[in-house]
Amino acid sequence: MIFKSILAGAVGLAAGLQFTAPAISQETVKVGLIATLTGPQAASGRQKVAGARLYMQLNGNMVAGKKIELIIKDDTGVADVTRRHAQELIVNDKVAAIAGFSLTPLALAVAPVITQAKMPAIIMTAGTSVITERSPFFVRVSFTLPQQSVPIAEWVAKNGAKTAVSLVSDYGPGIDAQNAFKMRFEEKGGKVLEQLKAPLANPEFSPFLQRAKDLKPDALFLFVPAPTAGALMKQVIDRGLTEANIKVIGTGDITDDDQLNGIGDSVLGLVTSHFYSAAHDSALNKKFVAEFKKANPGMRPNFIGVGGWDGMHAFYEALKKTNGDTDGTKLVDAMKGATWESPRGMMTIDPQTRDVIQDVYIRKVEKRDGELYNIEFDVVKQVKDPMHK
Amino acid sequence: MLTILFDGVAYGMLLFVLAVGLCITLGLMNFINLAHGAFAMAGGYLTVVMMNRLGISFYWCLPAAFVFSAVIGVVLERVLYRCLYDKTHLDQVLFSIGLIFMAMATVDYAMGASPQIVNLPPSLSGRVEILGAQVGIYRLFVIVICGLLTIGLQFVIAKTRFGSRLRASVDDGRVARGLGVNVTGIFALTFAVGSGLAGLGGALGAPILSIDPSFPLKYMIFFLIVISIGGTTTITGPFFASILLGVADVGGKYFVPEIGGFIIYTIMVAVLIFRPQGLFTRSAAR
Repeated sequence: MIFKSILAGAVGLAAGLQFTAPAISQETVKVGLIATLTGPQAASGRQKVAGARLYMQLNGNMVAGKKIELIIKDDTGVADVTRRHAQELIVNDKVAAIAGFSLTPLALAVAPVITQAKMPAIIMTAGTSVITERSPFFVRVSFTLPQQSVPIAEWVAKNGAKTAVSLVSDYGPGIDAQNAFKMRFEEKGGKVLEQLKAPLANPEFSPFLQRAKDLKPDALFLFVPAPTAGALMKQVIDRGLTEANIKVIGTGDITDDDQLNGIGDSVLGLVTSHFYSAAHDSALNKKFVAEFKKANPGMRPNFIGVGGWDGMHAFYEALKKTNGDTDGTKLVDAMKGATWESPRGMMTIDPQTRDVIQDVYIRKVEKRDGELYNIEFDVVKQVKDPMHK
Repeated sequence: MLTILFDGVAYGMLLFVLAVGLCITLGLMNFINLAHGAFAMAGGYLTVVMMNRLGISFYWCLPAAFVFSAVIGVVLERVLYRCLYDKTHLDQVLFSIGLIFMAMATVDYAMGASPQIVNLPPSLSGRVEILGAQVGIYRLFVIVICGLLTIGLQFVIAKTRFGSRLRASVDDGRVARGLGVNVTGIFALTFAVGSGLAGLGGALGAPILSIDPSFPLKYMIFFLIVISIGGTTTITGPFFASILLGVADVGGKYFVPEIGGFIIYTIMVAVLIFRPQGLFTRSAAR
């Protein structure tokens, strides 16, 4: 690597030396994007790839004199496959960084690999707090569940809820979400009556929802991974929880932009907290949404799409800062403390934890131009993950 | 409490309609078609397309799903499955698993991987009060339809001429053929009905279960549990097994949410230990 950068520096002087010139002008920096493109989580992979590609399309593929090449791999949502792809990308393709990771277990599976290879790994989706602590080479541009859950706990406590029940999918992010919600809700004087966990693979939520209803809480907090949210929300409505005066709230995963229109008008007025809405009011986001729709007909960007975008941005900026040096440690150091404007708003990579610090919005589902959107009406500025020490 | 029982029965009924076609092909035709869930998925997706893209009423989707899956079933039976009737069970399993993966990839390509959402007509959504319990109208609808189907099926197989021809063809195809029974036709028809029922189950399940490309694999486990508990020699066996599973699953998740997801597996293990031939089979004949 050092040898290569010396060569790159010497290119101006040694322009006449034909044997080095072609090698340098062709020098590419590869980024491996491990996305989940088949299986139940496939929708997330498509968003991520679309977001990353859009960034490259609009910002060019030349950074610090190097040509960026994106190598896309499908891990099918299985941790073993993610790990194998990571190894192949590092050993065979000689990538400068890997990115992606749609679920927490997939990210955790590569932790030992990237630590050993000193390979920067940009988390574009997975949201369990602990991931970034598992390897000093993880950098997260997505979100953490506690970061998203705490603002809604505060909001619902402020709006008169004294008791709550939480219902989450039984896996890392779900546990994170329910614990963070409980912690902050009880700090604010509320009481969590019960923490229900539904198996990740089972879409039949009716017994859990019935139990939540029979406990008669003031609020029901929900978290499930985005692709499952549609089925859950239909059952919530079908069971008449809102008519029983239970305020249904959750993280933005349950009113995901990608699925919101399919769920239907019955979610109008649902309040959630999240870091991204396609309706976020900023010039950059308007451009992002318009270009995204143009490049991917029939799709609307969601928080995973924006994660793909910001993941590429983080890498581009780091490579600029190192002046084209692809040393893993230097790239990660360059990402630490980086601040930029994303379509979601301002975001920063915490230099201590390499985790994302960003605004979390409280939003309400409303109809705009015949489509359902999460309309932001309140914001908690620059939230850090409350679980990191 | 009653609501939970009711939800459990509805879920069980749904499982039954989804699985009964497999019971027919496995028990009566002695053919293992693990790709059964793919027919259910076809029915589910047809409902999604008809309702969401073409705006056709949900009530029309149900018979359409039945016919659609039945036609696919009969075509595949004539073209592919019939070559495997004489093969070993392992060949049948491998072949039908392969079909599942092809079906999943096809649907993923054509319809996308995200779960499809079906919005019920207003006349089927909402709840009514029965015996002091709040009951979802749609679940009531499912119970009624599935109940009628069960009675009809049991009647056809046990009491009609077609039923006795079918049983004869299964028991000894050569002799039945010698007696002038059109064995090939009967098998094709039976296969079509089994697939059609799966399609109907998929359509009925679309608003409750989520329909996505992994559907055939996700529900294969449930079908197999139903069959291993209920046996395949009758219609009533799988029926009661489905109800048992539905109630146990829903009830378990309600009363002991911590271990709710495991209850059906516990039941299956217990049944297989004490009655390896299944709860409702008289003897392990085949």
